[in-house]
Order: sequence, then C-alpha cells, then structure tokens
Amino acid sequence: MIKPLVLLVDDEVPFVETMTKRLKKRDLVVNVAFSGQEALDILDKNRNTDVVILDVKMPGMDGIETLSKIKKSYPLIEVVMLTGHATVESAIEGMKKGAYDYLMKPCDIDQLMQKVEEATQKRQVHEDKIREAKVKEAMSVHGLE
Amino acid sequence: MDRNKQKQNGYYYSLTRNMLLVIILVSIMPMIVVSSLILYEFDISYREKVHAHLEEVVLKHKNDIDIFLKQKLSDIRLLAKTFTYKELCDESFLQERLEVMQQIYGPVFVDLGVINAQGVQVAYAGPFKLGKALYSKANWFQMAMKSDYFKSDVFLGLRGLPHFIIAVRESWRSESWILRATIDFVAFNNLVENIRIGETGFAFILNKKGEFQTKPLFDISPNNKPYVDFLKDSNKFQDGICIVEKADNSGNKVIYVAALLKHGEWLLVYQQKSSDAFSDLRRTLRVTIAIVLLAGICIVAIAFILSKRMVNRVAEADREKEMITEQVVETGKLASVGELAAGIAHEINNPVAIMVEEAGWIEDLLEEEEFKDGENLSEFQRALQQIRTQGKRCKEITHKLLSFARKTDSRIQDVQLNELIEELIALSAQRAKFSNVDIHTDLQGDLCTIQISQSELQQVLLNLINNALDAMEKTGGTLNISSQLEGNFIVVGVADDGPGIPGANLVRIFDPFFTTKPVGKGTGLGLSICYGIIKKMGGDIEVRSTVDVGTTFSVKIPVPKNEDQTGN
Repeated sequence: MIKPLVLLVDDEVPFVETMTKRLKKRDLVVNVAFSGQEALDILDKNRNTDVVILDVKMPGMDGIETLSKIKKSYPLIEVVMLTGHATVESAIEGMKKGAYDYLMKPCDIDQLMQKVEEATQKRQVHEDKIREAKVKEAMSVHGLE
Repeated sequence: MDRNKQKQNGYYYSLTRNMLLVIILVSIMPMIVVSSLILYEFDISYREKVHAHLEEVVLKHKNDIDIFLKQKLSDIRLLAKTFTYKELCDESFLQERLEVMQQIYGPVFVDLGVINAQGVQVAYAGPFKLGKALYSKANWFQMAMKSDYFKSDVFLGLRGLPHFIIAVRESWRSESWILRATIDFVAFNNLVENIRIGETGFAFILNKKGEFQTKPLFDISPNNKPYVDFLKDSNKFQDGICIVEKADNSGNKVIYVAALLKHGEWLLVYQQKSSDAFSDLRRTLRVTIAIVLLAGICIVAIAFILSKRMVNRVAEADREKEMITEQVVETGKLASVGELAAGIAHEINNPVAIMVEEAGWIEDLLEEEEFKDGENLSEFQRALQQIRTQGKRCKEITHKLLSFARKTDSRIQDVQLNELIEELIALSAQRAKFSNVDIHTDLQGDLCTIQISQSELQQVLLNLINNALDAMEKTGGTLNISSQLEGNFIVVGVADDGPGIPGANLVRIFDPFFTTKPVGKGTGLGLSICYGIIKKMGGDIEVRSTVDVGTTFSVKIPVPKNEDQTGN
C-alpha cells in the first residue's frame, strides 16, 4: 500500500510539529501549513495529496472557509476537521461543506490514524472508479468494446 | 440605606400631596364657582320677587283701605242727603237708620249723631249715652265745619275709647249741621291687622304726626327712624309706594314697605324682618352650603384615597423596576462570567492539546529499541498515561464550560421519551454494574412524542443519572427511573437510595460552581446547566431528598397541547 500523503493545517506551531513527527512515525508522508492560504498553495503544488487534517479555528482564513475552497478546487481530496470547540455546530457545518469527519482536540492519535486511513481509502476508491470510467469511455470512443 | 428610604418616603409623600391638591383644586373650584354664581343670581331674583310681592300686598291693602274709607263716607253722605235735618233729629228715626246700616254693612258703624252749627249734639243713636254733648271745642268739629266732609284721625274722645269719625256737613235753612258717624275701631283695625305674612310681617297705620292709627301687632315705637323718614319725604314714593331695607335697633335687618293713604294724611307701613321674608332664600342657602360641604368632604376623601392608591401603585412599580434592574445586572454579570469562562476554556484547550500530543510523542519514542530495556520504562509509561488522563480531564472541564456558555445542539426534534431513557440506561449500564447499582424502570407505555432538543434532554437526564450513580458509588443501591403523564407535563423521576443531600446544600445545588465533590472531580456546573435547559423548555426541575434515605429528582417537561397527534 502506498503511503498516504497528508497535509496538516493548524496555526499552533508546536502542535503541528509534534503531530508531524507522530504521523511520520506511523508511516505517513506529511506536509504542513500554518494558515489556510498556505494550505491552498501547498495543495496547488501537491495535487496528489490524499487527506487534509484541518483545524477549524485559525486566524485569517478559518477552517470552514479553507474547507470550502479546497473542496471547490480539489473535490477528490478528503478533509478531516479538528475542532477545539465543544460546539457541534461548526463540525456539522464542516460536514455539510463536504468534510469527511471531525475530531475534537485534544484527540487520540489512533483515532486520527483510523480516520486518515479511511479517508485515504475512500479517495483511492473514488480515483479508481474515475480511472475505470475514463478507460471505459476511451475504449468506447475508440470502438474497442 | 435608611436615609435613602427616608428620601424616598419624602418623595412619595410630596407626590401624594401634590396629587391630592390638584384633584381637590380641580374638583372643588368649578363647583364653588358654579354654585356661588347660581346662588347669587337666585338671591337677586328672589329678592326682587319678594319685594314685588310685598309691594303688591301693601298696594292692594292701601286700595282696600282707601275704598273702605270712601265707602263709609259715601254711606254717611247718602244718609245726610236722603233725609232732612228735621227727620234725622228724631232720635228714634236715627236709631232706625243706624240699625238698617248695621244690618247692611255689619257692625262697622258704632253710632250716629246729628250736631248743629253750635256744636251741640241734637240727636244721637248708639250704645253710648252721649246725648246733648258739646263738640264746639273738638278739633274734628272745627275741621268738619270748614269742608263738606271730614275723616278724623283715631282719638279717644269723650268716651275714652279709640275710634275715628266720619263727619258730613249739610245745610238746613242756611245753617250748617253735621251728621257724624263713628267707625268701629276693631273693624278698621282688622283691615290692617289682617296683613300678615310670615312670622314677623305685620302692618299698621301712622298719621302725619307719627301717631298710631291702628294697633300694631308688636310693641314698636312710632318714632323709629324709617317711619319719620317716610313721613318727612313723600317724594320717595313712586306709584304711591316705597320700599327700604334697614337695620333696626337690635341690628336685625328689616324690610319696610310704606304707602300713603287718605290723600297723604295717613301712612300704611308694613314691616317684616329680612330673615323672615327671605327664609326660603336662607333655607336654600343653607341646603346649598350643606351640599357643597358634603361634596367637598366627598371630594377630599376620594382625592385622598385615589392619590394614596395611585402613589402606592407608583411605589410598587418603582420597586418592581428596581428588582428587575437588579436582576438584569445579575444576569449580565452571570453572562459575562460565562463568556469569560468560555474564552478561557477555549484558550486552554490548545495548550492542553499540545501537551497531550507531546506526551504521545514521547510514548511513541519509548517504543524504539534503545529504550525497551530501560529500567524506568514502566515508570515513564505510567507518567505519560497520567499526563494523558489529566489532559482528558482538562478537556472535559473546558467542554462543560463551553456548553454552559453556549448551548449545544438546540434544534427541536420529535423525541420519544421512553426510547431516549432506554438509550441512556444502556449507556450507563456498564458504570452501574461497577458501582453495584440496579437500575429499575417504571415507564408509562403510551407517552406521546414531544417536541424538544434531543441532545439537551439527553444531557439533562444523563447528568441526573450520573449524579445518582456517583452518590451510590460506594454503597451500591437501586436507581429508579420513571416516566408518567401528569396534566400538561411528562414527569421523569430519577430516584436513588443513596446518602441523600443535607438541607443546607439542597437549596444551593442548582447554583453554578456549587459542588460537594473533591477538588478536581466536579465542576459544579452540571445541575446548573440542567436547570437552565429545563427552564428554557418551559418545564421545571424539582428535588426531594432525605439524608440516609435517598434523593429524587423530578423533571417536568411540557407536552404540546394537541396530545392525540402522536408520531408526527
């Protein structure tokens, strides 16, 4: 299985650093961004990113806004929200805008890993299906069927 | 505090007084103005009426008296013209004539006499023995000899009784003789005495010299100033009558009405005390004053009651306003505390997350080969576990604080209460088993669905169940959960047989931050949040507790009015 490529977005630098180490130790390839804008830039360079782990509360462009921009430009990339709020509302809003799932901070690393793996799988399945569809289309166009 | 109260009392006192004054002034002033105006007009017109009435009476009597005198004179003149001196000198004939006249006119004529030019009474008919009396010196005889007829003033004369005389002069053989008739004083007096009005009104006649011609009913002096004035100045009489109002000797006001009689020789005077003449007016005045006074008293009483009541209302409203202000301030304080708590909770969340992650990282590293054989490995792992546990505690605290500050999912949904309770019991079953607690349920089967926020209600009931389990943690026991419909409410009961809550704590259990759990175990927010949620739903939450017997919480949840609409 290919190592999932993850983008971790949070404005808390120590949190990002530690989390990166822990995720890398669990065989993930991790990119980091400290703001919504930076996250969009990195995604532009790394189109093959599988999952974005996104903090809801950030200065400037917040998690929800970043989420909707990601989903607009890269609909196949899955997003797991991290929320510091006990409010279910922001999580629900995130889910409505297309987030894969949400977790509350501080979160259990195993739970997070589980979500990331599920999301990656989902993305893989989607991509496979799209690839299959494209192949079928191409075959039908060339009259190979 | 006391001074403030005094000041306020002063304010209400002056408010009362001002209102009282305004009400009284506004009510009484028009009443007084109107009633005095009416009274004044009434007084004027009534006086005019009384004066006119008195004038009328006096004028009528004056005419009556004039006519009476004229008639008597005519009678005597007729007698003198009809019969000759010779015939009348016959006393028996004269007697006959007197009787005829007395028969026709009543006992007005007392006697008749024939007097010759020398003043000797030639013949006499009447009750007195006055035959051959000599009148040549008498005043009336001299006056009568000068004119055709003469009416004397009242005088005592030879007989010593008050009377007056009508004398007619005729001539026989170029010599004058006089037929004289005496008019009964009583009959004449009656004419005047009959003029009586009220209690003090009476009339009398005066001659030019101010002597009484009739007997006045009351004892009065003929020298009174008004009579003298009347006699002196006859120009005052308009239409033969004059009316004045003057104070008499004793200071009482008296009305005098005077009319001239007998070609100005006599004066008919009618007098009456003003108080008597205007007794009706005075009675009206008294009644009016009584009514005004009574109305005044009523107005004052009503004004007093009204203003007192109004001021009481104002005071009550002020008190309520003060209380509401206090409540608003209190609520504002609580809200700002909540916001502050939420802010702090949020800020703490991030560092805690970082700490937990760092601990997790160390844990990860410990799994590397080089540390596997470290002698303190187990101690490291224990410490990291502790950090993680405490981190979770922090998370719980902050999450509770945040949910206190802003409500969690408050969307209204259709909730089947019994299902919700069963779910919660399933959630708590594991804990109950550890605490050695049996959970019994007594749920009413046919409860309708209610419109309510599911997560909020879950939070409330879970909180109560957890509290009950906490209470029975050491001793074990039974937890009874019941639901039943009572009127417009579904009542959910959560009853434990734990140690109970002492009375002093019982009143404070719904206060925020009140807890009896050891430091670090409870936030003291659970019941306070429950209370807020249930109150917001329009329900109520009650607690009954007896020490060593147990505690029962009853949650009353309002049911929508149309109960039959189940499952919709």
